[in-house]
Amino acid sequence: MSMTTILQHCLTGISLGGAYALIAIGYTMVYGILRLINFAHGEIFMMAGYFMIFCMSSMPYFVAIPVVILVTVALGVAIERAAYKPLRTAPRMSIMISAIGVSYLLQNLATYLFTAIPRGYPEIPFLKQTFHIKDVSASLVTFLTPVLTIVIVVLLMLLINHTKIGMAMRAVSKDFETSQLMGIKINSVISVTFVIGSALAAVGSILYFTDRMSVTPFSGTLPGLKCFVAAVFGGIGSIPGAVVGGFLIGITETILVALGYSTFSDAFTFILLIVMLLFLPTGLFGEKSTDKV
Amino acid sequence: MKTKKSTKRICSVLAFAALLAFLYLLDPNSMTMKLLQKGAILAVVAASMNLLNGFTGLFSLGQAGFMSIGAYITALLTIPVKSLDGVYYAGGMSEGIRAFKMAMEAGPAWLTSVYPFLALILGGVAAALVAALIGIPVLRLKSDYLAIATLGVSEIIRAVVSSPQMEKITNGSYGLNKIPNFPEMFGGAVPSKVTPFLIAAVCIALMVLLINSSYGRAFKAIREDETAAEAMGVNLFKHKEMAFVISSFFTGVGGGLLAMYLRSIDAKTFSIALTYDILLIIVIGGIGSMTGSVLSAFLVTVSKEGFLRFFDETLTIGGWQVPLFRAGFRMVIFSILLMAVVLFYRRGIMGTKEFSWDAVFGLPGWFKRKFGRKAARGGDGR
Amino acid sequence: MKKRLMVLFALLLCVAMLAAACAPASAGTDKVIKIGVFEPQSGQNGGGGFQEVLGIRYAKEVYPTVEINGETYRIELVEADNKSDKTEAVSAAQSLVSAGCKVIIGSYGSGVSIAAGEIFLDNKVPAIGASCTNPQVTLGNDYYFRVCFLDPFQGTVMANYASQAGAKSAAVITELGDDYSSGLGTFFKDAFVKLGGTVAAEEQFQTNQTDFKAILTNVKAANPDVIFAPSSIATAPLIIKQARELGITATIMAGDTWENSSIIENAGKDAEGIVFSTFFDDAQPATAEAQKFVPGFKKYLTDNKQSDIIPAVSALGYDAYLAAINAIKSANSTDSTAIRDALTKVSFEGVTGSISFDENGDAKKDMAFIKTVQDGQFKFLKTVTVAK
Repeated sequence: MSMTTILQHCLTGISLGGAYALIAIGYTMVYGILRLINFAHGEIFMMAGYFMIFCMSSMPYFVAIPVVILVTVALGVAIERAAYKPLRTAPRMSIMISAIGVSYLLQNLATYLFTAIPRGYPEIPFLKQTFHIKDVSASLVTFLTPVLTIVIVVLLMLLINHTKIGMAMRAVSKDFETSQLMGIKINSVISVTFVIGSALAAVGSILYFTDRMSVTPFSGTLPGLKCFVAAVFGGIGSIPGAVVGGFLIGITETILVALGYSTFSDAFTFILLIVMLLFLPTGLFGEKSTDKV
Repeated sequence: MKTKKSTKRICSVLAFAALLAFLYLLDPNSMTMKLLQKGAILAVVAASMNLLNGFTGLFSLGQAGFMSIGAYITALLTIPVKSLDGVYYAGGMSEGIRAFKMAMEAGPAWLTSVYPFLALILGGVAAALVAALIGIPVLRLKSDYLAIATLGVSEIIRAVVSSPQMEKITNGSYGLNKIPNFPEMFGGAVPSKVTPFLIAAVCIALMVLLINSSYGRAFKAIREDETAAEAMGVNLFKHKEMAFVISSFFTGVGGGLLAMYLRSIDAKTFSIALTYDILLIIVIGGIGSMTGSVLSAFLVTVSKEGFLRFFDETLTIGGWQVPLFRAGFRMVIFSILLMAVVLFYRRGIMGTKEFSWDAVFGLPGWFKRKFGRKAARGGDGR
Repeated sequence: MKKRLMVLFALLLCVAMLAAACAPASAGTDKVIKIGVFEPQSGQNGGGGFQEVLGIRYAKEVYPTVEINGETYRIELVEADNKSDKTEAVSAAQSLVSAGCKVIIGSYGSGVSIAAGEIFLDNKVPAIGASCTNPQVTLGNDYYFRVCFLDPFQGTVMANYASQAGAKSAAVITELGDDYSSGLGTFFKDAFVKLGGTVAAEEQFQTNQTDFKAILTNVKAANPDVIFAPSSIATAPLIIKQARELGITATIMAGDTWENSSIIENAGKDAEGIVFSTFFDDAQPATAEAQKFVPGFKKYLTDNKQSDIIPAVSALGYDAYLAAINAIKSANSTDSTAIRDALTKVSFEGVTGSISFDENGDAKKDMAFIKTVQDGQFKFLKTVTVAK
């Protein structure tokens, strides 16, 4: 394989990794606070794609993008209020089943509302400009994704470490009940977590689907699972870890497809998960927590 | 007033006979028969998943993967030799398996009639072996991690089975077709349309026996409190592994039955969506109740494919077209029903109770008490 | 309160059930014969399947009745969506058989047709495929017929065209597990190599995959003269656009699935210059039936708010319907086995040429139309006949 081919593959992989990283952050934040694998996160990502299709058909893109982010956030918070809040005191299995149920509901809702025929994703003009550098060509969005991801992560880390709400989030993820006793408004913290997670999913979906140009009601399932694996890999609860995990999975997936083993690219992610869980359950950057037996 | 044991036995036999008669009389090609068959197959898988999730407390989402193992092995073994070239038209079939199949087909008459059942059992055994292997590393994990790990295992199995490298054995991603229908039993005494019900009944009966044995009690102890169970001398790993292996065996058999029902399978048949379907069946039926899983399997299958299809057609009442009714609405209704059960009726239909004739005969009394009380209080029956 | 809601909901469901059961049954006491429409209307082949259905529905408008034994029977179409999925195909086929259909038309998509073939064979209901081109659909199945040409023929046609256009090396991109795509790709490969060409790269992608950058990067590195990528309508614009984005300039060719206006819509100007083979050209009506069909169907399309470019698969659906009613008429009975026997002897002028079936149930077709896209429109290039 020539150098340009390798470079091209790396570029594709990093771009995919960036989108995965944004979604993985949503998973890791929610798990850190609620100890819940939000199976519905992949579906929120998919719905954001559909929202974009509808907004772009009636608004210019610079209005559509913020609208999509807002609507996705509203969806995420609504799901939390309706499906997760009532089950906060229930056994862990119930809330996970509820998450699966929400994911199922969103998929069927999308199939009903938008039909299961793949829909073309609208083009955002400036994002689709192609650049050719020597022999490697890609559209702007491929270059933009990893850069945007890093910027967002830096901003997020600033938020977590230097603001009051960030401190509240860190406290709640360390110890749920004690934080409540100390006067932290749990509901607000949880809502903020979902707001941030959903907003990132919306941004990730814009970047992901612009490259792929087509959305189906099932586009969110597999990326959702892979991003959860990325979050586990990096250490559940750690945002930089989720980002590293996302990039790793994106790059390995691209390499596997390039080598011709595309059927194994999904399987590989899960093998990675099982290996991680067996040998390093807290992930790369995770904290040692005592409740893992 | 508890009914006498002999009365209960007579009732059971009568009910069983009535069901059998009903099945014999149904036209094998009618939608009803097909739905009931599918319900029976899903009942087996739901019961085995309940064994794992409900009775042992191990939240495993790997059912689809084990079903695919059972299904592929059964299909592989039962596709008639003459159709092989048509099925494996792309890459040709592995010679070793072809030779084995030809030997089996040339065997004596009793072998050919028992052969499909052997295929089912082999499928189950293969699934159980894989489960035994996987269980060693995976069963150590905590509940949510176990869920995702088993989900991952299911996807890995699916990827391996449909990979181009396995083309000679499993036909890669083309899938297997020309799978023959259910076999007859006892030389035609039981027609092929009734076979799945009998097999399902046997499997479920075995699982119920297991639950009521000392092993079953150990499983329930593990579900309630692992540390306490260990303190009482229950070998955690051995019992978890046993539950996992046995559950996977029956899941594999269920998969084999599904292959015979569908006549044509490929890797997409056994995606994660299938596991979710079974999970939702046991949630609606009540996690921890075998009867619940069986009832809900039939209920869910019949409503999903059957009467809820009503919501998919456009409906006009007296010239006014009811809005919202078009293709896909039925699944939305189903999902909403499901969320309602998860949020408000977490115990499902049966909770943790099982079927008993006492409950059936006690029904009139129950009604009187419920509605008598309402009338007496005169208003809010809460 | 919750209990009351639950009771109310359960009552509502019961009312719904009753309403469904008592819903007005098919009106009238006239004689009806049911024809099943087994097509995908969702999933990755939903677009093409829907166009085939339009052709069938239009045919029913033109020929709504059939004469059996001197009595006029009204034809009723029973549609079942196989969702482009083999497992769903089996349930859809089963539901059509249980509904009492005497003959089935479909499907678009060879994979689902092969999967459902057993059900039709077991229940002795003949099926007429409109556009499923993989040989396995009819091979070994006496109850499956088809009105289109086959993939070995189509693959050879495209290989001939590529070779005549001067291509020495080709890259072949096929969908893993899709009988149509993989089958056609293999036939093209074999024919191209026999003509002296080389296959520079062979790549495979998975169903519902949307990112082809990695595969196309490998293809670009192999620098082929031409790319052959038979894929579904949904995947086509993705492959075309992403290839052009990566800077690949080779001609992209495919089979009959690419004759669909949604590809031009979604791929935009990147679709210029793609070449594919197809069954029908509305500017060259070959028969009298075709001359009647073209303006009539164009009007039907605009009435149904579709673009008025006639998709070839609609013409095939129309022909399949004609084959069905011709067979019913000559069998003079509503028994599905008799209809099947009549199908083996049927011969008439359809829209896509003269239709008759050989001993495998395949239509004796030996002509393909090659088209390209120019200025955002389909443009006819030439017809190709391959001596058998």
